[in-house]
Formats: sequence, structure tokens, C-alpha cells
Amino acid sequence: MARTLPALGVGVVVVLAGVALATMRVNPYLYFAGYVILQYVVIATAWNILGGYGGYVNFGTPAFFALGAYTAVFLIRSIKAPLPVLIVAGGLVAALLGLGIGYLTLRLRGTFFSIATLALSVVLQTMIINWEYVGGSRGISVIRPSGPPFGNYVVFLFTVMLGLAVVAVLVARFIERSWIGRGLAALRDNEEAAECMGVPTLRLKLFATTISGFLLGVAGAPFPYYVTFVEPNSAFALDYAVNALAMPMIGGTTSWVGPVIGAVLLGTTQQLATVTISSELNLLIVGVVLVAFVVLAPEGILGLVRRVRGRI
Amino acid sequence: MRNVDAGYGAVRVLHGVSIEVREGETVALLGTNGNGKSTLIKCIMGMVSPEAGEVFLETDGTRVDLTRRSTEEIVSLGIALVPEGRRLFPKLSVEENLLLGAYRKAARADIQTNLEFAYEAFPVLRGRRAQLAGSMSGGEQQMLAVARALMSSPRILLVDEPSVGLAPILVSRVIAKIRELKERRHLTVLMAEQNFNQATKIADRGYIIVHGKIEFEGRSTAELRENELVKKYYLGV
Repeated sequence: MARTLPALGVGVVVVLAGVALATMRVNPYLYFAGYVILQYVVIATAWNILGGYGGYVNFGTPAFFALGAYTAVFLIRSIKAPLPVLIVAGGLVAALLGLGIGYLTLRLRGTFFSIATLALSVVLQTMIINWEYVGGSRGISVIRPSGPPFGNYVVFLFTVMLGLAVVAVLVARFIERSWIGRGLAALRDNEEAAECMGVPTLRLKLFATTISGFLLGVAGAPFPYYVTFVEPNSAFALDYAVNALAMPMIGGTTSWVGPVIGAVLLGTTQQLATVTISSELNLLIVGVVLVAFVVLAPEGILGLVRRVRGRI
Repeated sequence: MRNVDAGYGAVRVLHGVSIEVREGETVALLGTNGNGKSTLIKCIMGMVSPEAGEVFLETDGTRVDLTRRSTEEIVSLGIALVPEGRRLFPKLSVEENLLLGAYRKAARADIQTNLEFAYEAFPVLRGRRAQLAGSMSGGEQQMLAVARALMSSPRILLVDEPSVGLAPILVSRVIAKIRELKERRHLTVLMAEQNFNQATKIADRGYIIVHGKIEFEGRSTAELRENELVKKYYLGV
């Protein structure tokens, strides 16, 4: 507990720095790209709570992300809800999906859980395609509210996403250091043994799927205002599934720092590649880097750092 | 435990099993592989729910039905398990393994005392507290499994096949350690074991389980040694 306050302090400083950056009005592309990188910080952190701490690999990230985004679309169209409401509602709906998936797959372990989550995006995308109210397969245009803070909506969204990233990381850090995190580590290492020791494995699993789903939905909720045109193929993009898994693996899955490092490194590389070469390269980059890490440094950058430190 | 039937799906493993363990006793549950020892232990821990019969814990006249309880609740009631094959957390450190033994809320209060006790009772673990559990030798791992079970401050200790995969000298050491801990922590012990000679060294009495039925109840170790079944199955006479 003693180290929670300083962490909160660091979080506040980071947000203030972001606000300062927003008022400076540097090259607008910086905010535009920064938003995507921060969005991946939230996604990777959220994925890691279930996949890294608990060892349950979720391939259904796009489903949770898109559910957050489409909840926002629905609320914008129906009641013109303000952004904070969109974020909370997007998170809650995705959390509900997480809880449901948790219940359905309670008895599935390891690979079987992953296979079940694979189907999730496909099912949900089909449903959205057939739902005209939120744009169906053609997609839907979203008009941003006028008069945003900082005079520019993308700059404003950049600071919002920074705040969300800070919250996500603080939540992950808190979980990691609590008995929940210790229980999830037990789940990852040997679920049967965890059960023998009286670790409430089922409840922990439900908690992890729910909180992970919530944060993934939160990451998706501002998406409609960011792109202004939402269609199923972009909201359910394969990139989210691959990046959500690759970023924590590259950074290191056992600590909250890992997903942040992975998201910043890989996200920045992808943004650079998009500008200099082509956005088509993004998935290729992830693929190559991921294979390299799985073979050479299976415990990610954090694992590498620990190994080097251990040798000295 | 009274008239318990239990199994997995269509396979019934236990047929009308009744056993009793009284406070302060060390009871051995003897039987060769595949006769239902582990299933019986799992019934007590709530990891297998019996199809029929009762499993209960009686403390000062109040009776608690264990068949309706989850494993978590049973651990909270003061029953701890040293599982078969040790079931450690191989990629977590020795200390993390021990702390996980104290996961239940009630146990967290005594965590420092229990940790200190574990390191004092098993000095080898203290030196290896930061080492990954999976990288230790079989004997050390078994010691860790016992120490971890004690982290929940249990009154009743269930030990499932502590001798599996250990050299004979280590088996004696583990068995002796269980007796020592039993005395020091005033435990009640139920030990499933196929190593007859080792188990009867520390048991007050025992049961012999064959094909899911209790075939013999020995009121003392001497009675167990004299029994025909034992001669047939274990001593090869």
C-alpha cells in the first residue's frame, strides 16, 4: 500500500505533462499518432491482466474493443451521450461480455480457452454487420461535438486516452501487487495446485475476464470520435488481436511495465512505418518481432533485463 | 466419512467407503495404485463431490457437512492438503509458493509467524527462498509442499503419497518430518501411502483400501502388520 501513493502521483504528473503537451500545439500528427500508441497501452495492459497474469490467452480482443466502440456509436446516435458516459458505458458492456465469456469457459483451460475466444470476434462482427441502426456493413459517420478543449478534437482525445492509459496501468499495477495478482500467478503456473491451496480459481478467473474486458471496452469507446467513420472491418481489425498479444509478450507479461514497454515500442514502430513506408507493413512488423522474441527472449524485454542484471 | 460413493463420470471409484480420523491421530490409508486413495482425499477436499454418503468435520460437537463446501471453504475450516505429485508452482519462487499456501483470509494474519516457522522447520528452504520451485530436487520439492500446506495454519493435514518419486532415504526423511511437524503443530494427520513400511512407522492405525472398498481396518500398526491382505499385497508372503 505504501507504494500506491507515489504511483498515483506519477500518474497525475504524466497526465499533467500530457495536458501541457496539448496546449503547446506542436505538429498535429504527434497527437494523432500518440492517440493510437496510448490506445495500445490500454489494450496491451488490459489483455495482460488475463493473458499475462492469469495465463489465459485471449484472441478475442477485437470483439471487446469493437463492443466498446459500437456501444459508443449506439449512445451517440440514440441520446447524443457525452464522452465520459460513452467511456463508462463502453467499458461496462465489454465487461459484461468478459463476465459472460468467463462463465461460458469456466472449465476450459489453456489452449481450449483461446480457441473459444477466437470465435468471439467472428460472432460479434456478424451481428454488427446485420444491425443497420449502428451502420451495418456500410459503416456509419459520427460527427464530433463542436468546441472541444484545446481547440482541436484529436488533441483533446489524445489527453483523454492518456488519462485512460494511466488509469489502466495503475489498475494493473494494483492487481499485480495484491493477493489477486498472486492468485492469478498461481492460476497461470498450476491451476490444479492453486485449487488445492484454497485459491478461489473460478472467482479469480471471472474477475480477470471482467476487468480485462472492461478496460478493452474503455479503449474502444472514444474510437468513433477519433476516426469519425466506424465500420466493422476497422473496428474488428485483426491488428487488435495480434498487437494485444504481441505487445505484452515483447515487453514481458509478468509485470505491468511489460505491456507499456511493448506498446510504446511496437506502436511507435508501426506509426513510423505507416508514415515512411506503408501501413500494410504493420502486421508484418509485429509478426517478425514476435517470432524473434518468442525464439530469442521468451520472457520479453523485462526477462532480458533481469537476465543481464543476474549476470553482473 | 460415511458410506461414500464417488467417481468420475461413469466410472465409480469409491464404493461405500467409511473412515474416521479422530483428533490428534495419525491415520494411514494404505493401498496400491488405482485403488481410490487419491479420490478419497479429493472427496474430503471438495474437489470430487460424492454421489452418495457423507463427509463431515466435527469440532466441539458442531458438525460441518463438507460435501456442500468448496475447496476454498474447506481450507478455511482448517484442513490442508499436501497433494500427490507435490503440485508446486514450478515457475514461482519458494517464498511465493509458501505465501500461496496462506491464500485464505484467515491464514493471512499469521503469515509472518508461519513463514518463519516454515524456514525454521525446513532450513534448506530459507537458503532457497528466491529460487524457482521447479528447479529444486525432488526431496526439497516435497519438503516445500509440506511447508506450503502448513502455511494455512491447519488442524488437519492430508498427505497424499509423499513417497512418490523419492529415493528411499528421502522417503524416511519426509515421513520423519511429518511426524515431527505433527507433534509440534498438534496436527491430525491422514496419510495416503502405498509404501507400507514407511507409513506404519508413524501411523497410530490405518485402513487398507482395495478396489475402492475399505477391506480392513487396523486398530494399531501391529494389527496392520499381522493382516493377511497386507501380507498378500505388500510383504509378498
